[in-house]
Amino acid sequence: MSARLELIRRSLPALLGGTVITIQMTVLILLFGVFFGLIFAFGQVYGNKPIRWFVNIYEKLFRSIPELVLLLLVFYGPPSIGIRISPFNAAVLGLSLRATAYMSQIFRGTFKSVGSDQITAAYSLGMGKYKTFLFVILPQAIRVFIPPFANEYAIILKDTSLAYALGVAELLRQGQYIIAVAYDPLTIFLVIAVIYFILTFGVTRLLKLLENKLKIPGIGVEIG
Amino acid sequence: MLEVLTEFMIIDIFVRNFGRFMSGLRFTITLTLVVMFLGTILGVILALGRSYGIKPISWFCTAYIEIIRGTPMLAQLFILYFALPAYGIRLSAVAVAYLGFTLNCAAYQAEYTRVSIESVGADQYKSAYSLGMKRWQTILFIVLPQAVRWSIPAWTNEFIYILKYTSLAYIIGAPDLMTQGKFIASRNYQFFRVYLIAAIIYLIIVLLSTWIIDKIEKKFKIPGFG
Amino acid sequence: MEDKNRSLLNIIDLKKSFGDNLVLDGISFSLDTGENKVIIGPSGTGKSTVLNCVNRLVVPDGGEIWLEDTEIISCNNINEIRQEIGYVFQGFGLFHHLTALRNVMLGLIRVKKVPKKEAKEQAIAKLEQVGLLDVLDSYPAQLSGGQKQRVAIARALAMEPKLMLFDEPTSALDPELIGEVLNVMKNLAREGMTMLVVTHEMGFARAVSDEIIFMEKGKIVEKSSPEKMFKQPENPRTREFLFKLDELYGKGGEE
Repeated sequence: MSARLELIRRSLPALLGGTVITIQMTVLILLFGVFFGLIFAFGQVYGNKPIRWFVNIYEKLFRSIPELVLLLLVFYGPPSIGIRISPFNAAVLGLSLRATAYMSQIFRGTFKSVGSDQITAAYSLGMGKYKTFLFVILPQAIRVFIPPFANEYAIILKDTSLAYALGVAELLRQGQYIIAVAYDPLTIFLVIAVIYFILTFGVTRLLKLLENKLKIPGIGVEIG
Repeated sequence: MLEVLTEFMIIDIFVRNFGRFMSGLRFTITLTLVVMFLGTILGVILALGRSYGIKPISWFCTAYIEIIRGTPMLAQLFILYFALPAYGIRLSAVAVAYLGFTLNCAAYQAEYTRVSIESVGADQYKSAYSLGMKRWQTILFIVLPQAVRWSIPAWTNEFIYILKYTSLAYIIGAPDLMTQGKFIASRNYQFFRVYLIAAIIYLIIVLLSTWIIDKIEKKFKIPGFG
Repeated sequence: MEDKNRSLLNIIDLKKSFGDNLVLDGISFSLDTGENKVIIGPSGTGKSTVLNCVNRLVVPDGGEIWLEDTEIISCNNINEIRQEIGYVFQGFGLFHHLTALRNVMLGLIRVKKVPKKEAKEQAIAKLEQVGLLDVLDSYPAQLSGGQKQRVAIARALAMEPKLMLFDEPTSALDPELIGEVLNVMKNLAREGMTMLVVTHEMGFARAVSDEIIFMEKGKIVEKSSPEKMFKQPENPRTREFLFKLDELYGKGGEE
């Protein structure tokens, strides 16, 4: 037992190093996903036909190809035409392509959840598209957005483990390095599982709290 | 520009390795179907255990569901593949694929089923009890059939998810589409082109299965459900 | 006075609290075979709780409920007792995943273990009785509120109960659909079914009930024949309540 604790103590720095890489990837992918997802969602809602068409095809495409295959394509694609890409960047780019497709859908669903009567009401007050979005749709939509966002965050975090296949020294691969020298795979994998669990379960719980906090005042209720 | 275009000339590779691609695809599809079948059954049992079981059972089911959903599938496969042998349990890559994906799938199915079970209204229990139905009869004949129907959209998503994620078999070497791809690429060094072929095959079967499931769903649709 | 051997249903000093809230404060009354009684009273006075206690969907804190020779609160065969008591309530409670016919058949097949073919015949007969032969294969989502409630009545009747409980069976219905449900209930009463009904439909109460029970704050304030209740209620609270009902729903009594 103490030997096991000692192993955990010694491997923790390396595992936490891997955790940092995992978190870095997750945050970058989330940022890309939210940024481009928002743009795509706008394109889908407000854009002209070719734009809507493009967004539709994009979403279908990147929701259908397996995440691992996307990573491998991004990793092996550019070098074959002479562009170098690091495993880390390939993983982030590959998963961001996917995240954008899902985020775009989440945003679209969120916008749609705000009833058209709200938009009619805003227009009838003389608000333009921009003001309607900023002052009427957005404040209501943010609540609806949180649960699918939390879900997507957990998926992305777990998917960063696929970067293992490209050789990125994220949490899972750091674990494999340690296992190669200290042959106690179960202990190491359990520590890894605990770290992942804290990162997914912990953060989704926090987002749940935020969701509840935003819920209490209730939509349409004036405060003060 | 021409270089980029020739990069997409893949038909030749596909034709030359047709047998291997198809054998990989067959494994991928079989794996998906078996995993979905077993995972759904196990998932429903876990959901029932969580919602209706006595405390220790409910607690165990909850813990199982949350732990599996809170950790990456790849880590779960690694535990089965790399950690169990240290305890004398040596499973082949194929066995790990079937077992690992099923255990993972069951947790997600359980969660979807639980949400559906909870959405079945109190009036349904009230009606069933007032007819003299026992608790287990109420669960089996009233709650579960409705919950299963509410779960269909989530089930469809899970099907696509599993179909895509069977590609993780590549990392442990079970002979799925991607593993066959890796084998082909390790001989001809055309990694990008081979994986592009795989991507297109996945795209086709994912779109095709979505279409088929959609058709089946429409056919068996009951008014009042979604 | 209350001889439990003679009455079909005999409720003695029924008590129930939800937390600090005393909902039933010693309710007693009885129901003979073929009798119809209507319970009226302001909302939140425990009328529904009385019915829920009768088939033990809610377990009372005290008192006794006798169905013939069986005491319901303490009996250990509640599922058999529930088969003897039909229950129809405001929210219909039709099983969403089953057609009208299947809704009625389910209890027969699963609880009474009637063979499928017979169950189907019996179910069709009951649906005919409530005038719904044309919607046998419709799902609840395809039925109007009135039709749903009639299916619910047929489903309860199929179990051949000795007693039917109705808990505000028309309160969730659009006004134009109330009549069809009340007509089914009136026919049942005429055919001799024993019924205990919670309702605001005074016309129905006047036409079919043998006794009206006015409940308020967990107690029975007054019980008497409909004639007496409507013409010269004894308690001022009863008078006040009936007056308010008249305002809300119009004078009862018209057929």
